[in-house]
Amino acid sequence: MAKRIDVKDLNVFYGSFKAIEDVSMTVEPRSVTAFIGPSGCGKSTLLRTLNRMHEVIPGGRVEGSVRLDDADIYGSDVDPVAVRRTVGMVFQRPNPFPTMSIGDNVAAGLRLNGMKDKKILAEKIEASLRSANLWNEVKDRLSKPGAGLSGGQQQRLCIARAIAVAPQVLLMDEPCSALDPISTLAIEDLIGELKSTYTIVIVTHNMQQAARVSDRTGFFNLAATGKPGRLIEMDDTQKMFSNPTERTTEDYISGRFG
Amino acid sequence: MSSTTGASIVDQARDPLGNNTPQGDRASTGRLGDRLFGGTAKGAGVLVIALVTLTAVFLLSQALPALGKNGANFLTSTEWNVDGSNPRFGIANLLWVTVASSVIAMIIAVPVGVCVALFITQYSPPWLSQPAAGLIDLLAAVPSIVYGIWGAFVFGPHITGLQNVVNTLFGWLPFFGNETGGVSSSGTIFFIGIVLSIMVLPIVTALSREVFAQTPVTHKEGALALGATQWEMIRTAVLPFGKPGVISASMLGLGRALGETVAVLIILSSLANDTKWSWSVFNGGETFASKIANNAAEFDSPQKSGAFIAAGLVLFILTFVVNAIARVVIERRKAFSE
Repeated sequence: MAKRIDVKDLNVFYGSFKAIEDVSMTVEPRSVTAFIGPSGCGKSTLLRTLNRMHEVIPGGRVEGSVRLDDADIYGSDVDPVAVRRTVGMVFQRPNPFPTMSIGDNVAAGLRLNGMKDKKILAEKIEASLRSANLWNEVKDRLSKPGAGLSGGQQQRLCIARAIAVAPQVLLMDEPCSALDPISTLAIEDLIGELKSTYTIVIVTHNMQQAARVSDRTGFFNLAATGKPGRLIEMDDTQKMFSNPTERTTEDYISGRFG
Repeated sequence: MSSTTGASIVDQARDPLGNNTPQGDRASTGRLGDRLFGGTAKGAGVLVIALVTLTAVFLLSQALPALGKNGANFLTSTEWNVDGSNPRFGIANLLWVTVASSVIAMIIAVPVGVCVALFITQYSPPWLSQPAAGLIDLLAAVPSIVYGIWGAFVFGPHITGLQNVVNTLFGWLPFFGNETGGVSSSGTIFFIGIVLSIMVLPIVTALSREVFAQTPVTHKEGALALGATQWEMIRTAVLPFGKPGVISASMLGLGRALGETVAVLIILSSLANDTKWSWSVFNGGETFASKIANNAAEFDSPQKSGAFIAAGLVLFILTFVVNAIARVVIERRKAFSE
């Protein structure tokens, strides 16, 4: 179910602008890896390269390789659509499809895969909503619009939508930054539960959150505005927050900049 | 509600109950600027309502006396004799020709217009989308007399071939029969429908383009991240978001098709007064607008002009009903468009 991610010598460009330089890292399956760093350091960009979502932005391209177990997702015969079905993504702002009901939102990915059987769809909707800790709150109103839910519920709906298609990896781009503390806690608890099944990579601006939810943490920084972002250090979260090797990591974590 | 689903202006305009009827808030401070602007806006609103009401009153006051003297059933008769002391006139034929030609126009223009708008906003490279959009807009600026003359003299002679094909394939349907021998003519409802569709196309395209371009990026990325292909993304994110806009665009286009006068006048061959009724679109006829324009010289007595104004009144009501239906369609799915 969960796969290992191997990033090797990755450079990411938007047109002629180099956004990320020489990133190499390994993300273990069934773990939570957090990316932290100041704004503009390229952590969200790196996240998007893991399911080729950066290609949606005009001019986005990469050099280097990203492997899921042993398969290069940038191989010449690999369809980005297939990559995204394997590597799910949750965005900063909850984005349920506004014209769909709660149930249809969860089923959207399955329907894209050609699933039509109503019984199986209903089972998967329930299972996904249960996994996202949302079932009890919405089971009586599956046919109501998803936009009627609170922000935290909408984000859990988006997580249910992402895991309904049984991805290998779940990417989360600042999933709590638009949510209140209670909803944030609910999502963090959920991340703790989901990591037994999925490989999870989360970008966060909140260092306490990284410390709470992740097993490993990568710190990104950039030399100056307009320069590409680099991976400064990556290690077990506990070590990163207690005794980092790099001076800039310590400065950032202790709040001296960023 | 302050929805967090995307950065759409539409999201912000709704109150907690989901009643998004545009209405005033209580933000006015009573200062000069507020009162001035509020007064101007209110004046403009009142003016529009007054104009529509007065038009309706005028049409009714002119039409009713003539309708009173009418010896035939106004709604079901196909006769049109407005002279003399026993006028007999009815709008059945006008209504049929008007509706049939407009329906044909919409059947062609809406899918094509939506496809063109999708191409411009989703598929075309940036260097092409701007010029293409401009060209389409230019089509809207062509006067309808040009379409009429072009249709009658350039396009018309080539249409009979297509009419033959449709008649051969679908002649078993009453709409495509040839009992009046119209297939070999270019003055048909079928052909004016095609010409009207070209005139409606830029309206549908321009407005659809605007709404498609405003689809929130978050919705599009949500679909793509689920592994949607570009077409699937358009189907799950762009089309549902743009649907109310496409319906509004179609209604504006339909308004133009229903009311088009000059092009219809030039292209459509009118029927003799006692022609047998036919459902075939390979028949001639007159629309409300072309009938009135065709007979403008006859408006020499209140009785005659009243009869034509009564026909105009039906067009007025028809447009009104069509717009009301469109509103109902948009409102029905409102809860799902936040």
